[in-house]
Parts: sequence; C-alpha cells; structure tokens
Amino acid sequence: MAETLNPVGDLNWLAVYPEIVLVVMACAITLLDLFVTDPQRRVTYWLTQITLAGVAAMHLVYFNSGLTVYGMQRMVVTDPLGHLLAFFACIAVIVALVYARPYAASRELLRGELFTLTLFMLLGISVMVSANSFLVVYLGLELMSLSLYALTALRRDDLPATEAAMKYFVLGALASGFLLYGLSMMYGATGSLELAEVFKAIGTGSINPQVMTIGVVFVVAGLAFKLGAVPFHMWVPDVYHGAPTAVTLLIAGAPKLAAFAITVRLLVEGMLGLAADWQQMLIVLSVASMAIGNLVAIAQTNLKRMLAYSTIGQMGFMLLGLTAGVVNNNTLSAANAYSSSLFYVVTYVLTTLGTFGLIMLLARQGFEADEIEDFRVSGGAARGWPG
Amino acid sequence: MGLLSVSIWLPIAGGVLLLAMGRDENAKAVRVFALVAALAGFAVTIPLITGFDVTSAAMQFVERMPWIARFNVHYHLGVDGISVWFVLLTAFMTVIVVIAGWEVVTERVNQYMGAFLILSGLMIGVFCALDGLLFYVFFEATLIPMYLIIGVWGGPRRVYAAFKFFLYTLLGSLLMLVALVFLYFKSGGSFEILDWHRLPLPMPAQALLFFAFFAAFAVKVPMWPVHTWLPDAHVEAPTGGSVVLAAIMLKLGAYGFLRFSMPIAPDASREYDWFIIALSLIAVAYIGLVALVQSDMKKLVAYSSVAHMGFVTLGFFIFSELGVSGGLIQMISHGFVSGAMFLCIGVLYDRVHSREISAYGGVVNTMPRFAAFAMFFAMANCGLPGTGGFVGEWMIILGTVKTSFWLAALAATTLIFGAAYTLWMYKRVYFGAVANAKVQALADVNARESLMLGLLVLGVLWMGLYPKPFTDVMSPAVTQLLQHVAVSKLN
Repeated sequence: MAETLNPVGDLNWLAVYPEIVLVVMACAITLLDLFVTDPQRRVTYWLTQITLAGVAAMHLVYFNSGLTVYGMQRMVVTDPLGHLLAFFACIAVIVALVYARPYAASRELLRGELFTLTLFMLLGISVMVSANSFLVVYLGLELMSLSLYALTALRRDDLPATEAAMKYFVLGALASGFLLYGLSMMYGATGSLELAEVFKAIGTGSINPQVMTIGVVFVVAGLAFKLGAVPFHMWVPDVYHGAPTAVTLLIAGAPKLAAFAITVRLLVEGMLGLAADWQQMLIVLSVASMAIGNLVAIAQTNLKRMLAYSTIGQMGFMLLGLTAGVVNNNTLSAANAYSSSLFYVVTYVLTTLGTFGLIMLLARQGFEADEIEDFRVSGGAARGWPG
Repeated sequence: MGLLSVSIWLPIAGGVLLLAMGRDENAKAVRVFALVAALAGFAVTIPLITGFDVTSAAMQFVERMPWIARFNVHYHLGVDGISVWFVLLTAFMTVIVVIAGWEVVTERVNQYMGAFLILSGLMIGVFCALDGLLFYVFFEATLIPMYLIIGVWGGPRRVYAAFKFFLYTLLGSLLMLVALVFLYFKSGGSFEILDWHRLPLPMPAQALLFFAFFAAFAVKVPMWPVHTWLPDAHVEAPTGGSVVLAAIMLKLGAYGFLRFSMPIAPDASREYDWFIIALSLIAVAYIGLVALVQSDMKKLVAYSSVAHMGFVTLGFFIFSELGVSGGLIQMISHGFVSGAMFLCIGVLYDRVHSREISAYGGVVNTMPRFAAFAMFFAMANCGLPGTGGFVGEWMIILGTVKTSFWLAALAATTLIFGAAYTLWMYKRVYFGAVANAKVQALADVNARESLMLGLLVLGVLWMGLYPKPFTDVMSPAVTQLLQHVAVSKLN
C-alpha cells in the first residue's frame, strides 16, 4: 500500500484538464439555463455544443501526443486508449444532441436538464475511460448511470418512459452492486485498488485463487449487465423502447464506449493474469449474445426494440474480440484482438448514431415512427414519406 | 493510379456524383451525365485489351500497395487472360443499361443510374482483385446496389425477391469468408490469392475449402439446386437489373471457380469433379425442361440462364483447355445474349406492361424491326452457328468428348431443349395473328432501342464469326491454370 500513496505534488492537474473543463461548464450551463427563457434553448444548446467540441479537441490533442500520464495520485491514467474513447464519446454526444434538439423541442423535453445531465453523463464516461483505480471506475460508472436513469425519465408523465427508467435504475443498481462486490473481493485479496498493483499482485501467484475467482465472476457479471450481454440483457429492449428516442440515442452511443473501456481496464489491464477465468465467461456471454440478440431481433415489430436486440448482438461481437486476446497463455494476438474490438465498438457507435438518428428524423409531433407498422403506408419511407 | 484503379473508381465516382445531383427535377442532365460516365468508364477499359500482352500468362496492369498493414491486406489489382474480358464486358453492359433505362425510368433517375454505375465499378473490382479480402469486399459490396435496384425499382413482389437474393448469396459468401480466414492463417498471414495458389494443403483441408468456395460460387452462378433465387430476382428486377444480373453478376460465381476453387484446391477439384459435372448436367437438362413450361417470359429466360451457366461449369470441370476456354467464351456470349433477351422483354414490357407469354401474339406484324432483333437473339440463345452462343457450347462439347463420349452426348442432346423453349416462346410471342388490341397498338423500336440492341448484335456476331481475339487472350492463362491444377498440392 505504501508505495501507491504518492505525495500531493503528484496530483498532475494537467492530466484531467478535459474533465475539469467539462465539470465547470456543466455547472455553468446549469446555472445559465435558469435565466434562459427562449423555448429553443439556443444559448444552452450552443454553449453545450461548444463545450463538447472543445473537450473533444483537447482529447484529440492529448491523443496525438501519445503520452501516458498518471494523475490524482495515480487514481487516473490518461493514455491514448482513454483519450481516443473519450474523443469518440464527445463526438457521439455532439451528434446525438444535433439529432435530439428538434425531436425534444417538439415534445417539450428541451429543457436545461437534458443538457446538464448529458454533460454529467459524458463526465462519467470520461472518468471511467481514464480510470486507474477500482474506486474511480465505480465513481465514473455511477455518475454516468445516474445521469442516464434521470434522462430516461425525462418525460415525466409518460408511462412507458417512467417504467423504463425504474427498470433501468433497479437493474442498474443491482449490476453496480455486483461490480462493487466483486471489486471489494479483489481489493481484499490483493490489497490494492490500483489496477497496476492488482495486476502485479495477481502475477505473484500468492493470492488466494478462490477469492479471486469469485471476485472475477462478480466483476464480469456486473460488466455484462452494463454491456447488456445475454443473460443480463433483459433491461436493454425495455429501456431502449421506453426512453424518448433522443435519450435512447444517448444510451446506445457513448456509454458503449465506456463499457468497453472499463471492460478493458478491469479485465485486461487489471486482471490479465486471470484471463483463463474470465475468458471462458466472456465466450459464453458473447456467443449467447450474438445468437439470442440477432435471432430475437428478427422477430421484433418495433424498430427501437429491434435495434436494442441488435445492440445485444453487437456487444457479443465486441466481447468476442476480447476473448481472442490470450490463446494458450500466449498474448501474441492480444494487440490485434483488443484493437479490433476497439475498432468494432467505435464503428458500432458511429453507425448507431445514424440509425437512431433516422428514426428521429422520421418522427413527427405525436408520432414516433418506431413501429414497423408505421412504415407500411403506401410506399413507405423509401418513397419520401412522410414528406 | 493505374488503369485498373481508374476502371474501378471512375464509374463509382460518377455514380456518387449522380447521387448528389438531386431528384427528378433535372432528370435530363442526370441521364446525360450517367451516359457520359458510363462511356468514360468503358473507354478507360479499352487500353486494357489493346495493351494486353497475349503471350503472357502472368497478371498484367498490376497495382499493389498496402491497405490494412496490420493484417497484411493489400490493395492488389491485376488481370490475366481469364479476367480481362469481363472487365470490358462489365463496362460495356453498363453503357447498354444506361441507354436501356433512358426514358423508361422516370422515378429517382439519379439513384437508379448511380446504383448501376457504382455496381459496375464494384463488379470490375471483383474481376481485378488479387487480394482475398479485397475480393471479398468487392464481392459482397455488389449485393448492396443490386438489392436496392430490385427492391426499389422492381415489380410487385420486389421486396420478397430482393430479400431472397440477398440472403441466398450472403449465406454462401459467409462460408467463403471462413475459407479466406482459414487460408490466411494456413499461409502464415497472407491474403494474396496468388500465394494461396502455391500453398500446399492436405486433402481434408482442400475438400473443406472446395465446398466452402462452392457454397459461395454455386449460389452466384447459380447451379442447381441453389438456383431458386434467380427466377424470383429476375422476374421482379427492372429490365436493367435483369440485364446486369444475367450478363455480369452470374459470371462472378463462375469466375470464382477459376480463381479460387480450382487453383487453391486442385486435388479436391479433381476428386469432386463428378459432383460439379452432375449438377451441371442436371442444370442443363432439368432446368431446360423447367424453362419449357414457363408462362412468364422473364422466368423463361432466367431458367435458360441457369441452363447456360450449367454448360459453363461443365466446361470448367472437365479440365481441358477447350472446356475452360469454351466456358469462358460461353460466359461472355451469354452476357451479350441473355442481356439482349432481357432487353427485348423490357422493350415489350414497357409498351404492354405484361411479361406473360399469353398476353402477346403476332408482335411481328406491328413491330417488324424489333421482331428481327429478337429473332437474332433467340437464335443466338439456341446456339446457332455464326452467333456467339454457338462457339462456347461447341468448344465445351468438343472438350467433353475427349473426356467421356456419353457425357458429351448427353450434354449435346440436351441442347435441343434450349432450342425448344426459345423457339416456342418466340413463336407464341411474335408469330401468328395479332392477339389483342394492345399488340395491335404497338409501335416499333425507336432509335434508342435500336441502338442498344444493335450494339449487342455486333457483339454477338463478332464472337460468333471471329472469336480468335477472345481465345488468343485467354489461352496462355488457361493453359497455365490447367498445368497448375494438374499438379497435386498434397505434399
């Protein structure tokens, strides 16, 4: 423990500048929005977008420098992986807000909360992707999740949305509990919260394997909940369906990057020594997700539910990449496996933005354009309807 | 950029520009631009044949640069005698298709023309790719424009047909993807098709590869019994879609047999040649009979395509120079002839809006010039000497005789079905008394239609009367391929 406690001088504020900007601006925008009377929320909207663009640019600059810097007494690490994911998370949120604005405006959802909660969600994602400690992972995860629960319930009087938010909250809290329980076991077994220390401790081979294995099971279960992998996927279709489409886009986009990030941080950076244990679980999760997600997607009559099941299938693909890293105790293909997974998840997020964005573009006042039946009018959407 | 890159990307760039040209408000400009792009696309492929070294069996006009360095994927293009004619055929048929859709397509003209130009570039890419992954990307990408062409501009059951087309071909292609990945690891991390040709493989691996490639290419050809998507796709596709489907897309499968199955798994190819030959003969005989009873003209020509492609695969898998060259000639001439047959049906459909044979009768009385064109193509479809259809079939039968007399006799006698269904359809549609008022009101082909049919007549006649340029170009590559296949790769 002693060597992990670095002097206060090691706070290294530079490493977390993007997060600081984000938190300051989120607070500023919250306050500012109180004085905005414009129903279009032009000031709030543009200030949010400028903030996001600025943060994205900062991440890009950090990413291009290619440095790995530890900060906050080694609680966070800013490395190219973190900055890349944070950059794409910013892009995803920017695009999501562009699509969301007209949709939300026509449904009286365009309030300050939408922007504040979105920024805090992004802050949670940023914290998560650059976490170097179990605690920070958990902190970021909760910040993101709580913002998303609130966003899902943004349309207060809508029954499906409220139900979806409740479901999301209860199951999300359960998953967080799993994760926290697993992490506490890991902490108990290795005596450290820091990923690199845990990695080293596992490498010594002197840790009680039973505690470690049980810990890994809980961690993987918690992560699978967050990823929406089968059999922990039941919340995904309900939440995607129930949430306003603008929020669905937020849930389906950037948080997947964060889920990928914590999976890599925890399982690969922290527990690579236990790969033999978690790989087997991931194989089951990924194959089941691909099979069930894609098969069930075929039978859906609601576009949002179909895309939700498709997401489940896609997460299976992503997990498949993570399982291919270590073969016969040999990490030769690890770089290819993890980078392919990363590429896949980034591509997935970008395409999801387009698909949900299309649903929003087709939606009109009092018409969600999410049932496939909605498109069965003569000619359908391909004929330029509804024009 | 080399010639091949230009041949691939010029039509694609033209197509993308067309998509940006807006909807139907400036349809006229769209049509002119599409024609210019298609003509330019064809013009750039001509130096491929004039500059082709007919003495060499090696890949020519080669371009190679890294594409995805991490997985050792290259942007590797090249043509040999087997593939070079198909590049020209593709570019040529695109010109025809643009002319064919000139006045007929009035809805979403830019997207229609754009889809065909992009499709043209992608199909040329398939014929030029020498990298396995690049080939796969082009091969799969061709599905997207064709899916849209059938699904958007097709007939009443277009959605069903588009789905069937897409799912059938995708399922086969996925097995090919597995084969490509397997070869990538077996060859120590190379996606070069030419490296794979030299890769020694044990028999079980070869057999698995052979059937994986078979799944992809047999669906595309299509061979009996996986041909059922083709009649549906043809019937529902717009005329241009049918033309490209029959003239080029079916050839992608047959080309795959020559580029992948035979050289990569030569021992398995020789071991299982009876399997392909049997399926081919069933296609020629049984599908010929099926064609005979069709009441829908497009379906009839679709089944006729399956039968003709059966001849192609038969020619390939008797492993003789005559057979393989004959198969290739048959592919090119079938490209012209089947394309022309579908255009003829399109000409009638545009006027009467029916594809049923029973809706016609006595067309020759009102459309004499058109009937002459149609007669010519019907004769070519039967394999009349002097037309392109004859040369290929004759070479294949000649090659088959050397392998097995009875095989050849069977293949030759089934040719009679081809003549039967084609001529019987011709008789019912064109001859006899004028059947109804609609036929009575028919106007003969205009200049545009005469131009597109006339160009194809020239092609068919050239192939039928003087096929030497075609065989000269093919011969070294075919010889080398057969020498390669004759040597066992079991070490």
